[in-house]
Amino acid sequence: MDQSLFDVVVVGAGVVGCAVARRFTLEGARIAVLEKSTDILDGASKANSAILHTGFDAPEGSLELACIRDGYAEYQTIRDSLGLVQDNAGAYVVAWTQDELRNLESIKAKAHLNGVTDVELVDAETLRAREPNLSRNALGAVHVPGESLIDPWSAPHVYLRQAMENGAKVFTSCEVTDGGFDGAEWRVVTTNGTLRTRHVINCAGLYGDTVNRALLGETHFEVKPRKGQFVVFDKAASGLVSAIILPVPSETTKGIVVFRTVFGNLAVGPTAEEQDSRTDASTDEETLKALIADGINKVPALKDMPVTATYAGLRPASEQKEYRISATSEQNWITVGGIRSTGLSGALGIARHVYGLYENMGASHDKLPDPVIPKANMLSEAGLRDWKQDGAGEVVCHCELVTRREIEAALHGPLPARSLAGLKRQTRATMGRCQGFYCSARLAELTDGCFVSAMAEKLPHE
Amino acid sequence: MSDVDVAIIGGGPAGLAAASALKSAGVERVVVLEREAEAGGIPRHCGHPPFGLREFNRLLTGPSYAARLVSSAQTAGVDIRTLTTVVEARAGGNLLLVTPTGVTELKAKRVILATGVRETPRSARLVSGPRVAGVVNTGALQSMVYLTKRRPFQRPVIVGSELVAFSAILTCRHAGIRPVAMIEGNERVTARWPCALFPRLAGVALHTGSRLVEILGDTKVEGVVLEDAKGQISRIECDGVILSGQFTPEAALARSGHLLVDPATGGPQVDQWGRMSDPTYFATGNVLRPVETAGWSWSEGGRTGQWVARDLAGLLPESEPSVRVSVNDHRLRYAVPQNIVLSQDVGGMRDIQLRVAQHVDGELIAECDGEQIWGRKLRAGPEQRVLVQTHEIASACAGRDVALRISEPTD
Repeated sequence: MDQSLFDVVVVGAGVVGCAVARRFTLEGARIAVLEKSTDILDGASKANSAILHTGFDAPEGSLELACIRDGYAEYQTIRDSLGLVQDNAGAYVVAWTQDELRNLESIKAKAHLNGVTDVELVDAETLRAREPNLSRNALGAVHVPGESLIDPWSAPHVYLRQAMENGAKVFTSCEVTDGGFDGAEWRVVTTNGTLRTRHVINCAGLYGDTVNRALLGETHFEVKPRKGQFVVFDKAASGLVSAIILPVPSETTKGIVVFRTVFGNLAVGPTAEEQDSRTDASTDEETLKALIADGINKVPALKDMPVTATYAGLRPASEQKEYRISATSEQNWITVGGIRSTGLSGALGIARHVYGLYENMGASHDKLPDPVIPKANMLSEAGLRDWKQDGAGEVVCHCELVTRREIEAALHGPLPARSLAGLKRQTRATMGRCQGFYCSARLAELTDGCFVSAMAEKLPHE
Repeated sequence: MSDVDVAIIGGGPAGLAAASALKSAGVERVVVLEREAEAGGIPRHCGHPPFGLREFNRLLTGPSYAARLVSSAQTAGVDIRTLTTVVEARAGGNLLLVTPTGVTELKAKRVILATGVRETPRSARLVSGPRVAGVVNTGALQSMVYLTKRRPFQRPVIVGSELVAFSAILTCRHAGIRPVAMIEGNERVTARWPCALFPRLAGVALHTGSRLVEILGDTKVEGVVLEDAKGQISRIECDGVILSGQFTPEAALARSGHLLVDPATGGPQVDQWGRMSDPTYFATGNVLRPVETAGWSWSEGGRTGQWVARDLAGLLPESEPSVRVSVNDHRLRYAVPQNIVLSQDVGGMRDIQLRVAQHVDGELIAECDGEQIWGRKLRAGPEQRVLVQTHEIASACAGRDVALRISEPTD
């Protein structure tokens, strides 16, 4: 491993780690990112609802709200230069009961307090006119025009690539196991060797408390994984709603959302299930059926739509609602923990906040004068997908129209896919209707020798 | 102006047979648009017999059968364009294509959708458990074994017992894979005798009346959990799961475009000539319904080719007036065609094709506005095709929509 002294080691390449790595690199720090999985975005960040939130319903005065607001604003400013997508779908917080209807006014008031001032009440008739496929049981809604759909993988992927192309080092399949601080310098022990750094930023998501315990010897919070299951319907369903359909939230969760994706699907989820396991993202038939039923209740035409995919994600919640971000100045350590559900929306804002904490510790750098600006993968249906461009060669995944050129770029690019899951996030291969029925064999061939664990082995007698 | 007379989407048995028939009928510009590197369809990766008895009077393996279909079509003058994906099927026969050189449009006077079927993947079956590697459909396994010479596991369980599950066993044997069990939710094997004997002969433990409850594993399949008819739970150690059967038409082009889809079949809505809601579009083969053999699809494709040739010559009746045919019984899965054009022309599909969802012993009846207009005894299982003559229903319905259902025997 690189034996030079880094300014900062970032533990974990989830959406938060990627955004932190980018911010610190742009500010001029020398960064190493350590990721225990074969691919980035493999923990909490691999499965979410892909919404860029405005913060209209975030807790008043919270750090979470500040980070979401800042993150949302920064996304607007970097979106075009990085080639990121944003579908300004808007959202309706829909009341399905009289009780919920009575709550709408306070949701609007809170949104205005939170600085999201374009939020308005909409009556049932207007809602029906704008979303004609919504069930007639919808009684009214709060319209939040700023809620948007983004690509939950291409965005953090390009944050990290921007860090890399401006000098950051990224180590995958590299798990932090131990470490020690001598008053000036950290020694970070990993499964691949030891690194030297002045500061450590723990962005380990579902393992935030474990990493604190292993290196700091203590943790100020405990990760309480919360599972969310989702059902993705056939692309034909994406025309059924135009905005994001949110429920009136409860104390613990935003509730089950009906949302389009920038990939052209319609999804329903997530559930909120407390569990101890930090790895078990199982789906279960009963819950998936309940999600489908919930979707049909809200959008009756879903009844005739086939299911394309199902998935589950784990949110790194903690025993408190607020983000658990704290600086341990005497040990040059910052913990970015408990990013329970708004990591994708908050990441860019969190990164700025964390850089502020870092400066408060007395560190300073000179901003990069002219940083390299890479382009994100374009996987949005509405965007200029690779298949639309000349010379893409063969279409390998027919359902998602993934080209061989895209697959080769993901396998041999700056953050090479080392697992099928990683390849999916970079290209969408096998994520469509047939889930690999048609293209698995071709993919097994194209990925030969690239994955840590091969999709298939060569026949012994051939 | 049209670029071609007929564009056929999909170069499997149905599409190639339709193309050949169109050429035989004297249609000039016939193209087959095939998204894979080679035409031939699913038989290309069924490396075992029996194929070709109906078409070539010989017992062939899938790949040699596919190669013969391709060469007959080429000999007939069909233009087969491989690595050509149709991205959109627009009104009036305008197709948007991706080819190796770029995106292009093709205008056809008529389009035939012959995109076949695929098996239902894990996701749509809602199977519980973590998302681990080693869960595949038979089709994916066959392509891996026969086309790319690879195997994804060594000791899988096979879920399902339709005909394709037995193809899965043959495929496994070819690749040195030893299936440890075959799991079937029903009390008996779905495929017809003598298939039921086959797992035992191949040394595969057969668990009928058993439901796949959950797939286990960390990153790869490590086992499955079953529940038998008595509610007994058991676990089988394995390193893969083959999800076989539960076919569904590959009708994405119809579904995501302007063409009407029948939720019962999952394929496009057609009349007895295979004509869709946009009359420039026709469908043939397994995209019409799950699922028939390659031989059946081939015959169907040939007939569709003739009908489309007649349509180009202005010899098919208009789409209207027509009546709707639907199933109104959970024991009946679907009826194809979904529309019957009322016309003096008695051509087109001779039969309405039905499938039952479970073993049925009763009377199949047709009703219009709740009044029985037709009936006959029906004893059938899910693996059998059930045929009802189109003209019997057409002449009995007196211009009213028809619902089919099963009535228990009265005596």
